Amino acid sequence: FKLSLYINHNITTYALISFRNSFISPRFVQNSAGQFFSSGHTNNWAVLVCTSRFWFNYRHVANTLSVYRSVKRLGIPDSHIVLMLADDMACNHRNPKPATVFSHKNMELNVYGDDVEVDYRGYEVTVENFLRVLTGRLPPSTPRSKRLLSDDRSNILIYLTGHGGNGFLKFQDSEEISNVELADAFEQMWQKRRYNELLFIIDTCQGASMYERFYSPNIMALASSQVGEDSLSHQPDLAIGVHLMDRYTFYLLEFLEDIHPSSKTNMNDLFKVCPRSLCVSTPGHRTDLFLRNPESVLITDFFGSVRKVEITTEVLNLTHPIQRVEGSPVNGESHREVYSYVDQLPVSEIIHQKPKQKDWHPPDGFILGLWTLILLVFFKTYGIKHLKHIF
Amino acid sequence: MAAHRCRYLACLLLLFLSVILVTMSQETTLGHEQHELVIRPLHSGDIYASFQFRTVWETDFMKGNKVSHYRLFPKSLGQVISKFSVRELHISFTQGYWRTMQWGQPFIPSPPGAELWVWFQDSVTDVDATWKELTNVLSGIFCASLNFIDSTNTLQPSASFKPLGIGNGTTDHRFLRYATLPREIVCTENLTPWKKLLPCGSKAGLAVLLKSEKLFHSSFHSQSVHIRPVCQDRQCKSSSWELRQALNVVFDLHTSGQSKREWSLFKMFSRTLTEACPLASSSKIYIDVTDNPQEEQFELSPATPLLSQAVVLGDRRTFSVYDLTQQVTFGTVRSLNLMIRWKSSEGDMLRPLLHAERYVTGYGLQTGEIHTLMYNNHPFRSFPVLLLDSVPWYLRLYIHTLKVISKGKDNNPSYIHYQPSKDRERPHLLEMLLQLPPHSVTEVTVQFERALLKWTEYTPDPNHGFYVGSSVISSLVPSTVAMETNITMEQPLFSSFFPCKEESSYFARVYTEPLLVNLPTPDFSMPYNVICLTCTVVAVGYGSLYNLLTRSFQVEEPNPGLAKRIANVIRRMRGVPPL
Repeated sequence: FKLSLYINHNITTYALISFRNSFISPRFVQNSAGQFFSSGHTNNWAVLVCTSRFWFNYRHVANTLSVYRSVKRLGIPDSHIVLMLADDMACNHRNPKPATVFSHKNMELNVYGDDVEVDYRGYEVTVENFLRVLTGRLPPSTPRSKRLLSDDRSNILIYLTGHGGNGFLKFQDSEEISNVELADAFEQMWQKRRYNELLFIIDTCQGASMYERFYSPNIMALASSQVGEDSLSHQPDLAIGVHLMDRYTFYLLEFLEDIHPSSKTNMNDLFKVCPRSLCVSTPGHRTDLFLRNPESVLITDFFGSVRKVEITTEVLNLTHPIQRVEGSPVNGESHREVYSYVDQLPVSEIIHQKPKQKDWHPPDGFILGLWTLILLVFFKTYGIKHLKHIF
Repeated sequence: MAAHRCRYLACLLLLFLSVILVTMSQETTLGHEQHELVIRPLHSGDIYASFQFRTVWETDFMKGNKVSHYRLFPKSLGQVISKFSVRELHISFTQGYWRTMQWGQPFIPSPPGAELWVWFQDSVTDVDATWKELTNVLSGIFCASLNFIDSTNTLQPSASFKPLGIGNGTTDHRFLRYATLPREIVCTENLTPWKKLLPCGSKAGLAVLLKSEKLFHSSFHSQSVHIRPVCQDRQCKSSSWELRQALNVVFDLHTSGQSKREWSLFKMFSRTLTEACPLASSSKIYIDVTDNPQEEQFELSPATPLLSQAVVLGDRRTFSVYDLTQQVTFGTVRSLNLMIRWKSSEGDMLRPLLHAERYVTGYGLQTGEIHTLMYNNHPFRSFPVLLLDSVPWYLRLYIHTLKVISKGKDNNPSYIHYQPSKDRERPHLLEMLLQLPPHSVTEVTVQFERALLKWTEYTPDPNHGFYVGSSVISSLVPSTVAMETNITMEQPLFSSFFPCKEESSYFARVYTEPLLVNLPTPDFSMPYNVICLTCTVVAVGYGSLYNLLTRSFQVEEPNPGLAKRIANVIRRMRGVPPL
């Protein structure tokens, strides 16, 4: 019911537009209609979250960074990526090679790179901040790089990794997000028209439980393991001393390395990444909420940022030359104060400095007057003869 | 609809091109750019490299001019300055601690973690609200968690941190805010936006050397941004904006995997230089050769005829200069790889005149004592220091136990400013002006008690401990040579950061170590354990009691075999009682 309303809204809009451009040829209209209904998104966003802290969870950071690397390589700019890393592995004092995070052993591939921009890091990665980013309910002073400024024509990729269980995902070893909360957050996003299509990938133990409760349309979900199964890590590196990646994301990275911005691989190939023989756990997926056939959905619809460009051959004539606006004229006052550098440690000035304004306290006389009043009232009621007991 | 959009795009493109042409034809001095790299070999075999990138922008924000055209000055910072009416902004990100005893004084000091101090202009009405917004915006620009700066770690020093730029005399400390985050991590994600602020980015000039894999594999790494108003000319009637970006790094001889003592640009940065940034009016490399007048200690190649002297940090130093704007510097191979080869090991290093340490003593999780030690190594001169101490509210200081002792005797400060903390609102602030006697150690001690936090206030890893920010010691250290009091454009950048008012001493700022203090931490796994245990006990107890009270026993016939069952059926049909 909601879906049909949405389609009707689009058709009405389209009808209005086509009415306005009624002088355009019918073939153009047909082509545009075909294009219009094929993908329907104009911009891409990615929200990549790693929820684990501590050095032995190096692989979760490496997971998130490898997806970040692929997404950036395929064209999504940093301004459209919200990267949340709960701990710093690259410049961790235990890292034998600082400023690097490797995904393959023998240090073959540095997924940290040289131009990474992390938006939420350390203690900022909390359930509250994650839900606020998704729903857009952030305090007004939040900078743009920390906001998900998507609209109803955005395709969003959401990738979560960390430690999880049946129905929850653990954030920083101190709190959890449940699958119900996540489903409700996506429903809020749908109702506020914050996405066109959403791809949700999760790489944790029992990951399939996280997408069980989704009920908003246009969501496709992938998980690295079914309920009751654990997602396993791939391989340790003896020089670094920890496991570098999780299996599912490792094979996902290998799959994505073959994708380039103009490739036509579709989602069905993504579902086949990491079969049971390689992953030990059974990856799962959910497409019942998704409108289109997964076969017609390109990988670059979510992982890349493919824009449609129309080239025009029309020539534009500029008839008026551009006038340069002169800056405001220099203030012509004859007297101008001379500036000078301030003395950095003016000893005599500091010694004779007036003390800073203190907080307001009631004046001293007030306390005294209050006590006098209390004593007077006491002696008035009980008689003056008690006065001699005080003095 | 699409045709309209394309026409609009084409119109925009042509407009953009024409604006570019117009501005290019008016090559005004909207600003200039100076780049510099200073390499100073240290006594212990390490090497200290200090980059400074300076952009001067001739526009006067203080007069309230609105600007919309940015050329060399980065637009993100320019908009921040104008929106928040900032007079001065100093922000630094540091990884590691500067060891003054082994390495001497840095050109631009900085404490471990992140430090931000800002002077607002007089027109700001609500300084605290503006400060909060400014920290949030800066956290987005520099990819750092500066949004954790709030009233619990913001200070308003009353005498330290005077403005480093020009002013018209009065400094009202109501417009100053200072905060430090000792826990802040510095990594490539902070270097990336820092490099983007440079006009040439990291594509040309000295910034090509800034590769994160080498920069963070060091003993000390600090990057900072300093914005302040400076004199436009000698008369100093109008101001212009100066943006200095500084990067200090100390490379360790042993962790970089070397056995022989030999340093080169390629070994330090894994890059060589091929050209200067075309937008820079001056781009130079200075190598400190003061200890090497006849090349008996180390050998510098390729050789350079340029030599310059500068008074920096109270001492006259000699530098070999490589001018990157001259093509001859790069030689025939079109690339410059400076090499410094040591021939002999050296003698003693001069001890720095001012040096400070700080540590916590005590045992247990209830009380403790903070000791701050300040060393004055000058043989006969004493000098004043201003100590700024900031302690978070959860370490409750007992100020009546504050003692300052120099050479065994009490040393009374000539100025004390103490602001006690308010729980969960503001930290302790202690500022003292002390005179350090010559050749002595001054010890400042104060006792404290640890508070118990609410369980939601603990970080996800509370057993790591809680950080106390570094103390700041600002002082006028006597110098051995006369300092330059007129700051001109021709001075090298590293000697013109702190303004000098008198010739006999120079201003220095020393930071102590941050402290790591353990607070009494509850065991966060206990609620889960308690629930499990209690539920088990209740289930076992209640279950047994319920069974005892309500269970009744009935005799049950065993299930008869198949033959007997058939016989029972036949008997029932016959009307006879079953077996």
